[in-house]
Amino acid sequence: MKIIKDAMAGTLESSDVLVKVSPSDGPLEVVVKSEVERQFGEQIRRVVADTLARLTINEGVVIVEDKGALDCTIRARLQAAVLRGGAVEGLDWSILQ
Amino acid sequence: MTIQLASGLSALTELKGREIFNGFAAKSPHLASPTAKLDRKLVDTIEEAVRRSGLKNGMTISFHHHFREGDKTINMVVDVLARMGFKDLTLASSSLQSSNSVLIEHIKSGVIRRIFSSGMRGKLAEAISNGLMKEPINIHSHGGRVALIQSGEIAIDVAFLGVSACDAFGNANGVSGRSHCGSLGYAMVDAQYARNVVLLTEEIVPFPNGPASIRQDQVDWIVKVDEVGDPSKISVGAARATTNPRELLIARLSADVMEHSGYFNDGFSMQTGTGGSSTATARFLETRMRAKGITAAWALGGQTGGMVDLHNKGLIGTLLDTQSFDSVAAESLRTSPRHFEISTQVYASPTSKACSIDRLDMVILSALEIDLDFNVNVLTGSDGVMRGASGGHSDTAAGANLSIVVAPLIRSRIPTVVKHCTTVVTPGETVGVLVTDQGIAVNPKRPEVAERLKQAGLPVCPIEELYARAVAQTGEPKPIEFLDRVVALVRYRDGSVIDVVRQVKP
Repeated sequence: MKIIKDAMAGTLESSDVLVKVSPSDGPLEVVVKSEVERQFGEQIRRVVADTLARLTINEGVVIVEDKGALDCTIRARLQAAVLRGGAVEGLDWSILQ
Repeated sequence: MTIQLASGLSALTELKGREIFNGFAAKSPHLASPTAKLDRKLVDTIEEAVRRSGLKNGMTISFHHHFREGDKTINMVVDVLARMGFKDLTLASSSLQSSNSVLIEHIKSGVIRRIFSSGMRGKLAEAISNGLMKEPINIHSHGGRVALIQSGEIAIDVAFLGVSACDAFGNANGVSGRSHCGSLGYAMVDAQYARNVVLLTEEIVPFPNGPASIRQDQVDWIVKVDEVGDPSKISVGAARATTNPRELLIARLSADVMEHSGYFNDGFSMQTGTGGSSTATARFLETRMRAKGITAAWALGGQTGGMVDLHNKGLIGTLLDTQSFDSVAAESLRTSPRHFEISTQVYASPTSKACSIDRLDMVILSALEIDLDFNVNVLTGSDGVMRGASGGHSDTAAGANLSIVVAPLIRSRIPTVVKHCTTVVTPGETVGVLVTDQGIAVNPKRPEVAERLKQAGLPVCPIEELYARAVAQTGEPKPIEFLDRVVALVRYRDGSVIDVVRQVKP
């Protein structure tokens, strides 16, 4: 899947995460900022990378501003942002599980 | 003809060198002056009061924190001392708040070299956690502070105490004048033990001002200032009133625990601490007390509008108030004959000849972390940085028949139940029950309480199960990395060291 326009999902409320995606020609660039970086930084990056891989996002810019969201929230916000900004035709819903 | 009194006495050997009478004002010269007699304590500026107090480099100054985030006194006085060129002072405030971040500059410039406090928050706490001070600070409980003062470890040279009003002799309280902070429970200790007491007052009222929380026989100097504190900011931060549904759920559960604990009997006593859920528990007690047809004999500690409401309805006989957490509590202290002001010495000091916590049935307390042995951290955040206060936590947990710790199981993605606390403030052996939004755990030391709660149908489970439930949702947190350097000693209420806080890794 390819990101073709700017889009976002989520909020900056505590326990939520704000995800912004935008198109770019270069390779995929992912920026993660988190309030719980010290305790969960690695795990958040793993969840973000895994979720983007399942959506087959290989280019574009993805910015994740985390306010202590659980993994399920991070996945859901990422998927929502990518689907809003991506060229989606005949979505394979099983990749969103 | 005037006869010189005592003139023939000097030759008598029986006096063994004792001084001979030399007039009524010889040792009380102010009595000879009609003006000095009345206003000799009044000075125009803080600088002048400092000069007269005899403060020197390296000495210990103290403050109270009744105005909490609204305090204006601490920053103002330390600013003056910095301008006067003082160095190496020990700051012994009963606690410090986010609003005290300007102290960072005075620590850097060497004005303040050592700190004793119940806790700290905000930028100051962050800077000290990151190694700002050469000497580790000391964190004490409210009762433990009095013990350190009585043992001489905190030897207060000059106490600077902000009050809303006092008379020209120094009779002061927190319920007259403009800016009412209510109880002066922390300050009463400083007034009793400091070598020199300077009152900063917003107003000088006619003699005799009463009730005299701080008495004229304790006060050396009085300075009138524009503002000592903003009482509207007392109930900001730790002492806030919550509308958060999860905190209200926990508050209701903790009221359930109180009801079925075995201590909910006619004439019981209780305390609710700071923190949303803890303070809100009072709101859920009325229906339970009426249903059982009982009243509480007394309630202790920081007092809130919720407790005053129960008091006004006749459900709590007496309020013992060491800190008024909101304007309702401050007003009740002024008007209710059974709302008593008590010092932290009467409240919680282990070296006091009697402290009220020893008679307490139940106390509701907050926690940043609680571990599998029920040890509690109320000082450092999960990032290792100080962001709280010891307060009366370890005092009341030790004294009460049952201490009930309330906390959400997870804060954002940080589990509250952990394998090991980042910092231990209150030992698990003094903690009875943990109430979270996702279940209740009882210390295995209290099987009789666990049995009663189970019989009442409350969701009781082992604390290990709560831990497993938390990390199933959040993932296992990576341990915080610290440097070896110690930035704070955590003193237990008896003065012993129960833990240390280390500098966080940058």
